Amino acid sequence: MTPLLDIRDWRLAFDGFEGRAQVLDGINLTVMPGETIGIVGETGCGKSVLARSVARLVDMPPGRILGGSIHFDGQDVMAMNGAALARLRGHGIAMIFQDPMTYLNPVFSIGAQMVDVIRAHDRASGQRPRNSAAARKKAADLLGSMRLPEPAGMLDRYPHELSGGMRQRVLIAMALIGTPRLLIADEPTTALDVTIQAQVLRLIAELVAMHALTLMLISHDLGVIGALCRRVVVMYAGTIVEDGEATTVFANPRHPYTRGLLAAVPDLEKPQHRAQPIPGQIPNLLSPPSGCRFHPRCALAVEQCTRDKPVMRDVAGRSVACHLAEHA
Amino acid sequence: MWRYVARRVALTGLMLFGLICITFTVSNIAPSDPAALAAGPDATRDMVATIRREYGLDRPLPEQFIRYVTGVVQGDLGRSIVSTRPVTQDLARFFPATLELVVLSMLLGVGLGVPLGMMSAVLKNTAPDHLTRFAAVSLVALPAFWFGILLQLFFSVWLEWLPTSGRLEVATAPPPFVTGMYLFDSLFAGQFNTFSQALAHAALPALVLSFPCLASILRVNRAEMIEVLSADYITAARAHGIARLRVICVHALRNAMLPTLAMIGLRWGWMLGSTVLVETVFDWPGIGLYAVSSAIAGDFKPVMGVTLLIGLNFMVINLIVDLLYGVLDPRLRNAP
Ligand SMILES: Nc1ncnc2c1ncn2[C@@H]1O[C@H](COP(=O)(O)OP(=O)(O)O)[C@@H](O)[C@H]1O
Ligand code: SF4
Ligand SMILES: [Mg+2]
Repeated sequence: MTPLLDIRDWRLAFDGFEGRAQVLDGINLTVMPGETIGIVGETGCGKSVLARSVARLVDMPPGRILGGSIHFDGQDVMAMNGAALARLRGHGIAMIFQDPMTYLNPVFSIGAQMVDVIRAHDRASGQRPRNSAAARKKAADLLGSMRLPEPAGMLDRYPHELSGGMRQRVLIAMALIGTPRLLIADEPTTALDVTIQAQVLRLIAELVAMHALTLMLISHDLGVIGALCRRVVVMYAGTIVEDGEATTVFANPRHPYTRGLLAAVPDLEKPQHRAQPIPGQIPNLLSPPSGCRFHPRCALAVEQCTRDKPVMRDVAGRSVACHLAEHA
Repeated sequence: MWRYVARRVALTGLMLFGLICITFTVSNIAPSDPAALAAGPDATRDMVATIRREYGLDRPLPEQFIRYVTGVVQGDLGRSIVSTRPVTQDLARFFPATLELVVLSMLLGVGLGVPLGMMSAVLKNTAPDHLTRFAAVSLVALPAFWFGILLQLFFSVWLEWLPTSGRLEVATAPPPFVTGMYLFDSLFAGQFNTFSQALAHAALPALVLSFPCLASILRVNRAEMIEVLSADYITAARAHGIARLRVICVHALRNAMLPTLAMIGLRWGWMLGSTVLVETVFDWPGIGLYAVSSAIAGDFKPVMGVTLLIGLNFMVINLIVDLLYGVLDPRLRNAP
């Protein structure tokens, strides 16, 4: 079976006034159709940039590709022409984002924005774009299936008139217009109230099951990932450090950073165990640490860690990038 | 929406009253005696007093003010002491000429400034962007009269493509009066020959007048487009598969047009008040020349009239800009 997404040794940097920040440093990730994979890591570790790379949404400049490749469904994403890119975006890959307010255009009505996307997909799939009445009908149907009240009336409203939860549902509806195969959700609930978070997560889970979507869920919240994803990928400072079944990784983490992340989650059942934040700070990517990028913060670090970059190895039923994975 | 409109209109009325107060005050504290000026250097005291009485200049200030305001409301701006015609009649003759120039310049400024600003933003920090911005800065820095004369020499004297001055050839009769703007009136009357002649006459002065306006519209539009193009909703639109051209020209532009529109409004008011240099260079019979020659003669009613007219125009444009804001930005419609 061809992987749906195949990222090989992906290296990406941003050029700025202060120099070049190595934001993604040799990412290898293969996603098979139907997988639900969660990407976790501290803020700034490159999760969003990775997600955007996949749909070729990183602006160059300031972005700069230093090497590697991304294939979607066997096709080289970086080599796509305009038409192929239009089919890829929305049709192959759809994205939902963190802050539903800023990701909706403030000056267009919900209906206008949805109709625009619907017609763009008609064009991308080689049909004549349907007329606006038909497009509005489809938009209202989609909003209805997101369990938004009064979907037809919703079309004439503007983003600022909706609540955060409603806006995120609108964005999810827009993402599903092109019947995508891969849904990338970049911190979809981080900006929402706790009660709304649960509803939106349930909606995403239902849609993934109903449309047999492949899901790539990005979050810094392990609980969110545990609830929706079978596989988890842990990122640290632009690298993947651990990758495996969520149950395996959570029950028995092998990378010191993963262990640190898990220890930082407050455990409600054992309140006497205080949550332990990981000591130290995320590294400056303008001059990343040598060898293992985690070594300045790692309690186990040995001399080799400052010298050699650890590669991903299969240890205890998952992949880990740590020199001491066997011993830990 | 209607509350928004009503508020803007009410505010405009209030500002207009303020403007009337200001023009009246300024003309009354100016250190010159219009009656003496009108009477001429050889006039006797009696003659000056007669004129003063005739123009109501001997009345107490509050009374003069009330007479002035009631006059303005009824469309009476007083008489020009120099030309002895009612100021409104003079304005009706000179204002359309200026307005024609300003409208044409604005069309040029917006028609070139907005697309060039968009192009500059999309090609940010490339050669076309640097070139466009350099040209824009130069256009603002060059003094209008110097640049006007230069263009005149080049296009009119050397190439002989365009006439040097005036609104029409001397032998050509103006088109039948509808708006007083020859370009419009000649089209309205179907006199295409007159139209092309009027256009040839207006081309250079409109171009010169439009440069500062073009440059600032370009600058604002470029800055806004750059800002908007990095907004999250633009990333989202691209992620949804909307074509690049449509993202730029529809999704981004409508957001970037809001501050651009404010600049257009400002520039409109500024242009109306600064046509005098261009009118002088190209001998264009507009209100700029009228106001300046009246001011030099110490003739205040025309100056007050022109000030009022320019101010009124400024307010009307601001009102239109505010209303367009409401159309473009739904967030403002529900604003109190
Ligand atoms: N457009 C950009 N220009 C420069 N640097 C960027 C840009 N986008 C992201 N970065 C940098 O890339 C790094 C990773 O960012 P991001 O992927 O957003 O992290 P996160 O894991 O929180 O989603 C950060 O250091 C950020 O500053
Ligand atoms: S490689 Fe060394 S520094 Fe890196 S996580 Fe493993 S032990 Fe720590
Ligand atoms: Mg992020």
